[in-house]
Amino acid sequence: MASMLMNPLRSCPPVNAAWAVQYATRSLSTSVHLHAQVQTKSKKTLAKPGVKNIVLVDGVRTPFLTSGTTYADLMPHDLARAALQGLLHRTSLPKDAVDYVIYGTVIQEVKTSNVAREASLGAGFSDKIPCHTVTMACISSNVAMTTGAGMIAAGQCDAIVAGGVEFMSDVPIRHSRKMRKTMLALNRAKTLGQRLSLIGSIRMAHLTPELPAVAEFSTAETMGHSADRLAAAFGVSRLEQDEFALRSHTLAKQAQDSGLLSDVISFKVPGRDMVSKDNGIRPSSMEQLAKLKPAFIKPHGTVTAANSSFLTDGASAVLIMSEEKALAMGYKPKAYLRDFVYVSQDPKDQLLLGPTYGTPKVLERAGLTMNDIDVFEFHEAFAGQIMANLKAMDSDWFAQTYMGRKTKVGTPPMEKFNLWGGSLSLGHPFGATGCRLVTTVAHRLQKEGGQYGLVAACAAGGQGHAMVIEAYPQ
Amino acid sequence: FLTCAYFVFLFRYLISYLFSCPCLRSFVNYEVKEDVAVIRMNDPNSKVNTLSVQMQTEMTEVFNEVLANNAVQSAVLISSKPGCFIAGADINMIQACKTAEEVTKLSQEGQKMFERIENSPKPIVAAINGSCLGGGLEFAIACQYRVATKSKKTVLGTPEVMLGLLPGAGGTQRLPKMVGIPGAFDMMLTGKNIRADKAKKMGLVHQLVDPLGPGLKSPEERTIEYLEEVAIQCAKDIVNKKIALTRKKGLMQKAQDYVLGIEFVRQQIYKTVTGKVMKMSKGLYPAPLKIIETVKAGLEQGPDSGYLAEAQNFGKLAMTSESNALIGLYHGQVACKKNRFGVPERPVKNLAILGAGLMGAGIAQVTVDKGINTILKDTMVDGLSRGQQQVYKGFNDKTKKKTITSFERDSILSSLTGQLDYKGFEKVDMVIEAVFEDLNIKHKVIKEVEAVISPHCIFATNTSALPIKDIAAASKRPEKVIGMHYFSPVDKMQLLEIITTDKTSKDTTASAVAVGLKQGKVIIVVGDGPGFYTTRCLAPMLAEAVRVLQEGVDPKKLDALTTGFGFPVGAATLADEVGIDVAAHVAEDLGKAFGSRFGGGNVEVLKTMVEKGFKGRKSGKGCYVYTPGLKSKDVNPDLEDLLEKYKLAANPSVSSDSDVQFRLVSRFVNEAVMCLQEGILNGPVEGDIGAVFGLGFPPCLGGPFRFVDTFGADKLVEKMRRFEHVYGNQFTPCQLLLDHAKDSNKRFQN
Repeated sequence: MASMLMNPLRSCPPVNAAWAVQYATRSLSTSVHLHAQVQTKSKKTLAKPGVKNIVLVDGVRTPFLTSGTTYADLMPHDLARAALQGLLHRTSLPKDAVDYVIYGTVIQEVKTSNVAREASLGAGFSDKIPCHTVTMACISSNVAMTTGAGMIAAGQCDAIVAGGVEFMSDVPIRHSRKMRKTMLALNRAKTLGQRLSLIGSIRMAHLTPELPAVAEFSTAETMGHSADRLAAAFGVSRLEQDEFALRSHTLAKQAQDSGLLSDVISFKVPGRDMVSKDNGIRPSSMEQLAKLKPAFIKPHGTVTAANSSFLTDGASAVLIMSEEKALAMGYKPKAYLRDFVYVSQDPKDQLLLGPTYGTPKVLERAGLTMNDIDVFEFHEAFAGQIMANLKAMDSDWFAQTYMGRKTKVGTPPMEKFNLWGGSLSLGHPFGATGCRLVTTVAHRLQKEGGQYGLVAACAAGGQGHAMVIEAYPQ
Repeated sequence: FLTCAYFVFLFRYLISYLFSCPCLRSFVNYEVKEDVAVIRMNDPNSKVNTLSVQMQTEMTEVFNEVLANNAVQSAVLISSKPGCFIAGADINMIQACKTAEEVTKLSQEGQKMFERIENSPKPIVAAINGSCLGGGLEFAIACQYRVATKSKKTVLGTPEVMLGLLPGAGGTQRLPKMVGIPGAFDMMLTGKNIRADKAKKMGLVHQLVDPLGPGLKSPEERTIEYLEEVAIQCAKDIVNKKIALTRKKGLMQKAQDYVLGIEFVRQQIYKTVTGKVMKMSKGLYPAPLKIIETVKAGLEQGPDSGYLAEAQNFGKLAMTSESNALIGLYHGQVACKKNRFGVPERPVKNLAILGAGLMGAGIAQVTVDKGINTILKDTMVDGLSRGQQQVYKGFNDKTKKKTITSFERDSILSSLTGQLDYKGFEKVDMVIEAVFEDLNIKHKVIKEVEAVISPHCIFATNTSALPIKDIAAASKRPEKVIGMHYFSPVDKMQLLEIITTDKTSKDTTASAVAVGLKQGKVIIVVGDGPGFYTTRCLAPMLAEAVRVLQEGVDPKKLDALTTGFGFPVGAATLADEVGIDVAAHVAEDLGKAFGSRFGGGNVEVLKTMVEKGFKGRKSGKGCYVYTPGLKSKDVNPDLEDLLEKYKLAANPSVSSDSDVQFRLVSRFVNEAVMCLQEGILNGPVEGDIGAVFGLGFPPCLGGPFRFVDTFGADKLVEKMRRFEHVYGNQFTPCQLLLDHAKDSNKRFQN
């Protein structure tokens, strides 16, 4: 990839924005590729008078592993704890220096429903630091971060740890409602006779377990099924999906091999080996991908196991501070967290179109245009979902009919898009992905010398999120 | 060489232009995609596709071309209309025939065409989106493969029986093979609509396609395109042998086939099915019996006999008065689903219902899921809570039947507000009151409501007998007052009788009709008067029923006589369902209004029953005793003693079974005709629809007006004169009926 070849050239970072322009101007004669960087931005910075600057000090994550592999015997808070400890280690943060810990998670382990608290205590944070857990499907850790940002902006806190965790190797499988009812009644039964009659009432049907599904409660449709319909609605072919999946895996592999995934920390799993790499990256060939049968809509669907994100275990954590606090503590922040939006649409037919709706909204809010963005990191739930979003963003008809806009949103250029892989290849622990996206944008802005980055993601419930991130002047 | 190639190209272009020129054909066209011919149907003159003469002609032409075209390996049959594949044969085509032979010929032509489709060397895939009914289904099942969308609009079925006909283009012969004998009988004898997912389970379709949401085109357009893409792939895969047309049978299927292979078992099935049909139809409907006969002919004597029997029986059925009556009702129903008063000035978006009783809650149930914010108001917490539970139960039952999801149920119910006060009434566009049938209470309510509603709000009153002008007398704005007479149970009964007074404005009527249509009702709009149309027809019949009881006929016998005539519910059971108290109330009111013509049975019988607490089903006792959970019911033993007190001597000259039936029916019919004569009714069509859909007048007779036409006004008058001689003016035929009796050319319906 051309942009990666340029990395060494850009690795000496510009000192400030003005310098960046000069630097870029100078390289104009030497590289056509850098031409894009020269474009004058709509705004020099997104700092607003009277509004606190909120910075990302650093971000880490455990390696993302296919569920059922090395993490199989852990619990969710173990993973979250590993991410928190990694963050402490990476930032040398004193264990009592944050005001609050917020975690995002989707499928909750009932024993640790406030997983933020259990993980924080276990990671050795002071027990005086309050913690809470949030949930908003695949954008849960985005909510954790923006909640923290809100607390800082409101002047309630100065330093926050936000993160996300998902553990799909073990999910709560419940007894049937009938059985639960009987068991609860058994608890209250007073006499032996009552107990025996309750036990006697148990039938085979009571023993059927209830399994959680990645399905919408409101429509009972699984997400893969919805993605397949979405792809069909936008006329996304199987070939396009397989190509995008292959791109994701290829880019992820390159990023991994060239050591760009510096947010990954090593984690010694008790009783197992040290883990220091994501294990779901599998660059394959188009022929191999073409062999797979559709996973959801059979026999004519186009979404397969290979062009969907896979079930993943993993946790992430970021340290967010007000700029003054970070500077006072001697940190050199990586990026500013700027404007963000949450959007929501019809959970049936527009389940995964969050990025299409969120992108123009956040750009308008920030006063930027698509051309101002140097780094795009979109959550890749399904290759078909990404392609559908790209087509929706490229359609005037869609923008006019469904978004109330005069013209189309416009598509992100692929040479700026998910260059270090994405959820399809790196993995997608639902609750943890948001922090990975933000950290990746910060790191890519540093590496590639850009100024503005955009994160966008879709989530179950027909919801979505987008955030603008500004590089911190080096 | 170049010029030569150019000429070849030009020549080909010319040929293809000639053959595919859209101006030559307007109903059916085709386009070749790779090696698949995509045959598209689109009737330019209608919202739905029907197998009209032109559609069939063009289809045959296209089919011939597809067969002859060497570049084509297979075909896809698809409709360009979003909600309809083929809705059925063109009824007018059948009605235009004068003899059974003509209809038989039509059937044979259809059979021939579908036989060619079935034997086509190039596989044809039917791509079904929307209704695929009657002849449409017969077409689809003649194809080699069927793909259907899982849309709610996609329904498959053979509704011919509801028009007194049978599937006459091979359906009776192909269906048993496709879905098994019991499944085929179920489909053809009930005529019910089958949703796509069920059709897949039954083996009626091979593959399902999900409807799509917004994309780069409208969901409807893109869904059809997607269906076409999938169907094309299927067609190719059939040619490539990737899809096998002979399906592997499961163990259950094999077992069923084995059992049905035994002749004795089949005979038992015919016997059971015939028994069931006779019990349900009392032998009054010829179509179901002919369907059984035709299926039997095919299975027992081979396809030649089967197809012949199908065509001949189809011809015979088309000439029956029953079929004529049912088709008349079908047309009438279509007519009563239109708003002849135009578009109302402002659509009703917020509606309030007063009284959360059975009626009020029923009205709420049919309103709240139509995108109308609904307030259900009662004066008592208990009553309100009962009403809300009734609405909840209505939708929850739908989730159990999986016609809606629990989420849709919750979302629908979020538009329903239960309350005891008049909060929010200022925003309401229409109020429907369903409070107790008492003029004073209605007056009190109308005054209370008018104090809180905005000027544009319409006040509709749900009453079964009180004249609307009397209710409107308490109103400051009588032009906004209208009657909306619903039938119980509201969610099941299709009819809505709308009553206008001289003062009701046209816009008020338009608005009431628009609301009724949204509620899914078949609507008749009638003039004001005691009992309007429906109650006024029913009252004399019930008065006669009471007299029959007094004359010593027991309720079970009375029920048998009425159902034997074709009423779906017997007169005694009907009285229990309506409520003896309501019947007494109505009988007394209308008795006062119309005098001795509404006499017959003694009103005291009903009043005494009410005093004793025999109010009908709702009180557990009426003519019958009702035990919760039990379907069977016994005659109320106390009724016998009560009737003994009011015993009348039966006159043997007018008390044969047939005479009793005609005493009941002639009073009903005479009153209906009088309603037309007096201008209460707008026309005979509405009269027939109202009687059949609201009161259960025998559908096989098509309604009171069609009954007069087919039975003969003269013959009816003759019978009535005989009854008149014994009982007096209750049986005096009205002038309009006499006019028709005098002139046999005069007919109410065509």
